[in-house]
Amino acid sequence: MIAYLLRRMLYAIPILLGVNVFIFILFFAVNSPDNMARIQLGMKHVTPDAVAKWKHEHGYDRPLFFNGPAPGAGKFTETVFFHKAVPMFAFQFGAADDGRDIGQDIKTRMWPSLVLAVPVFLIGLLVNITFALILAFFRATYIDFGGVVLCVAMMSISGMFYIIGGQFLVSKLLHLVPISGYQGGWDAFKFLVLPVAIGVIGGVGSGTRWYRTIFLEEIGKDYVRTARAKGLAERVVLFRHVLRNALIPILTGAVVVIPTLFMGSLIAESFFGIPGLGSYTIDAIRSQDFAIVHAMVFLGSALYILGLLLTDVAYTLVDPRIRLA
Amino acid sequence: MIRLMRILAIVPVLWLPAGCGKTPWNDPYPEAERGQNILYSVFSERPKHLDPAQSYASNEVTFIGQIYEPPLQYNYLKRPYTLEPLTARELPQPRFYDKQGKQLPQDAAPAQVAMSEYEISIRPGILYQPHPAFARDAQGRLRYHDLNAAELDKINTLSDFKFTGTRELTADDYVYEIKRLAHPRLNSPIFGLMADYIIGLKEYGTLLSKQDKLLRQNNAAAYLDLNRYPLAGAEVVDRYTYRVKLKGKYPQFVYWLAMPFFAPVPWEADRFYAQPGMQAKNLLLDWYPVGTGPYLLSRNDPNKQMVLVKNPNFRGERYPAEGEADDRAQGLLADAGKTMPFVDKAVYSLEKEDIPYWNKFLQGYYDASGISSDTFDQAVKVGAQGEAALTPDLQQKDIRLVTTVATTISYMGFNMQDPVVGGLSERARKLRRAISIAVDYEEFISIFRNGRGIAAQGPIPPGIFGYVEGAAGLNHYVYDWVNHHAQRKPINEAKRLLAEAGYPNGRDAQSGKPLLLHFDTAATGPDAKSRLEWLSKQLQKIDIQLVIRATDYNRFQDKMLKGDAQLFEWGWNADYPDPENFLFLLYGPNKKAGLNGENAANYDNPEFNRLFEQMKNMDNGPARQQVIDAMLAVARRDAPWVWGYVPQSYALYHSWYFNAKPNLMANNGLKYLRVDSKLREQKRTQWNQPRLWPLLLIGLVLLLALAPAWWVWRKKLYAPARGAES
Repeated sequence: MIAYLLRRMLYAIPILLGVNVFIFILFFAVNSPDNMARIQLGMKHVTPDAVAKWKHEHGYDRPLFFNGPAPGAGKFTETVFFHKAVPMFAFQFGAADDGRDIGQDIKTRMWPSLVLAVPVFLIGLLVNITFALILAFFRATYIDFGGVVLCVAMMSISGMFYIIGGQFLVSKLLHLVPISGYQGGWDAFKFLVLPVAIGVIGGVGSGTRWYRTIFLEEIGKDYVRTARAKGLAERVVLFRHVLRNALIPILTGAVVVIPTLFMGSLIAESFFGIPGLGSYTIDAIRSQDFAIVHAMVFLGSALYILGLLLTDVAYTLVDPRIRLA
Repeated sequence: MIRLMRILAIVPVLWLPAGCGKTPWNDPYPEAERGQNILYSVFSERPKHLDPAQSYASNEVTFIGQIYEPPLQYNYLKRPYTLEPLTARELPQPRFYDKQGKQLPQDAAPAQVAMSEYEISIRPGILYQPHPAFARDAQGRLRYHDLNAAELDKINTLSDFKFTGTRELTADDYVYEIKRLAHPRLNSPIFGLMADYIIGLKEYGTLLSKQDKLLRQNNAAAYLDLNRYPLAGAEVVDRYTYRVKLKGKYPQFVYWLAMPFFAPVPWEADRFYAQPGMQAKNLLLDWYPVGTGPYLLSRNDPNKQMVLVKNPNFRGERYPAEGEADDRAQGLLADAGKTMPFVDKAVYSLEKEDIPYWNKFLQGYYDASGISSDTFDQAVKVGAQGEAALTPDLQQKDIRLVTTVATTISYMGFNMQDPVVGGLSERARKLRRAISIAVDYEEFISIFRNGRGIAAQGPIPPGIFGYVEGAAGLNHYVYDWVNHHAQRKPINEAKRLLAEAGYPNGRDAQSGKPLLLHFDTAATGPDAKSRLEWLSKQLQKIDIQLVIRATDYNRFQDKMLKGDAQLFEWGWNADYPDPENFLFLLYGPNKKAGLNGENAANYDNPEFNRLFEQMKNMDNGPARQQVIDAMLAVARRDAPWVWGYVPQSYALYHSWYFNAKPNLMANNGLKYLRVDSKLREQKRTQWNQPRLWPLLLIGLVLLLALAPAWWVWRKKLYAPARGAES
């Protein structure tokens, strides 16, 4: 298994390199370093000298990928790409365009993202599986039909509606929790109740339908019929046999997202004023801060690869037939 | 199952007594802050820079304006905007010299003046805020100026430094900051502008760049000590006096002396933050300001909250005793002569979205609010005469509405280098004037700004010297004066002008082709779409077809820099209350295309340019007004802009919020504000009692929904076995 993991980690290097190339091409296709400088310097009284100075100070005065006039290896190393992309592999994110250290910002902002994303993920998983099992239990009844209709309806509603509606109902009309904001420690609880609830409710429709499909597929298998033939109660059949055997597809969807949880939620963090990495990325995109966008995309990719690796490992834990070699 | 249902039914009932308590559950602030003398406000965008040499955006100046003290400030209450000393003893009077160095009289002609000299004396006894950069040990050495890696390891925020110190403000600190404008690592946005005026600043920038390059060969973060390099245009006279020397005459320089760019920065702070390892911990002067003002930044979390607390070393300042005629009746002079600042702490929370901000304001968790288009109808009702009043809901909460006309102009420009709409020929003038009449900005203000704006008659907004009200200030090319009001000329007049311009019925008289114009914009989204459709319809009124060329912001900027746009939207927010700051937007040598200036229309009329050069060095008075009138006549005739509108801002204040008067020039308004925290607490409690009955109702509905499930489950459980279920 160790050899397998090492091999997969080595595969990650060219993937991350490719991601770096893509992010450079995509970002600089629509932004030039001159534009970035103008945005950072403000729109008033910006002189060409100031733009040139900013580019030099931030390392954008080199060619992007290939430095023709530079001697030897300098043709590739004296480029924006080399100077910005290579340190990423050592997780050296450098400074944002406004001078703040990105690594420090990530360390600070990952916690609020996690305290929002982890409960949404865990509670959501629990609720979705529970609802899906209930629907599977009541399959082919009006309850199942009504539940599926409700799920489809919930899937069709925009996430923004849940956020704005939730804020209006729970915070504005009922005065139960703050509309937005965030505090550390235990005080975070009252700020997280609503976004977590909305995150869970917003995902119930699609999650429940997905898990219901998995459970129904399992329910039709021979071993379930055998279990029932043994005289086991339906409750036992569902929870002990169907749920356990349905874990592999559940894991496929669930484990892969675990490492990316800390990347945060782009919209919810903005609306609820939670200072996480989701809003950090959105702000960076708005202000065309390439250093932050680059760091977050790289990190997101690295974590996604890690998630896939963890999924593979998890397979071996839930299904003894699978061996990684 | 029945037992479970009983438990579920009891849980909300247990919450009920808690809901009847006095403490609001939705209070976003810590319990300890309740009833404290704190002001609560917001910021919508993370500040990029808090270094006075770099900061230029309004969301940054909100903070540093309370911390750094330039020598001058604007009087808080008086209008028109009036400068007064802040740390200076008095307003500086410039001395003028000719090429031979001989002093000239105050009324010397600008052409004679080779150099202006501003000598500024500051008050003694002003102290900096407590800060570790000033902390000294028993031997008098600066305690934290040579930190090693092990010492820095234990430091994460400024509060981790055990000792702080202070020192008196001196003239040196002001000169040091002027030098910092040329610092190669700072990118001050006004360096280019000031290098044209402050003697030797440009050369100083070159010198510092060279020295910096040498210094950083071995150590990229090495400290560049500006004290080692004198600047010819800024010199210390004595401990409390410094002198700034300018090329020629530049009367607007005094306004810059009221901006944070010219606030003092102690060299100790610069040296302290330049130590290796500080940047990796985000400990920078750009993020942790060091000033002499009434407040200091106690918490710097631009992702969540910025907190200003009273500077314990602040000397105190008296609330103004004079203002406008109406100020006493408005209660704005109730605190006259009292020592400021009034609030102990100001908490600014990040609110990126309008809806949470608005709702929290209504719940009493913010003391003041603006009004966005989305919330306008909830806040304001417009009467039959167009007067704005608060809705009954807001009146019931004793909220006050204060309106003010911004010192900002928003306009539609013609690219004067464009072969169709540009140029100074009579044909092009008539075409532009026809479009100016057709684009009905009164309608625009009514539809898209909820009536919050004034159609502009020229480039100068109200409140700035040179603006003339009524019939005398009317743009007669677009309006008629009817019944004491400006009335837009009829559309037939626009059609007539268009025909005279060679486009009868919107077609080229020679080729017969329809007149097709292009509008370049970076605006996207549903709001922009409706606005752009409206604009197309305005031009359709005179049979001109408008093609919208929407692009991204960067492409749009590039087009503007290259002079490739035809029609475009633009705006300007005043740096200082002088007509020069608006009229320079039409000054030829300040063109955007090719010269990178702020004249986005690339308007270049020699007559206007000559008058501008004459006007910019004049003092406000009848002679200057006469020149401005002549300039406006030229500009209105040439119509390089459709003059657009001047926005009106509406602000809402709670009943516990006092001394708030919009001052669009002053950056240091926090010290004047006062809050009645007891009244605020009382209102918050009254307005935010939790309501639990809907939860009970939802619980009940859920329980009822479980009943059929339970019935089906029972039915399934006791159903007789069947041959094949699946």
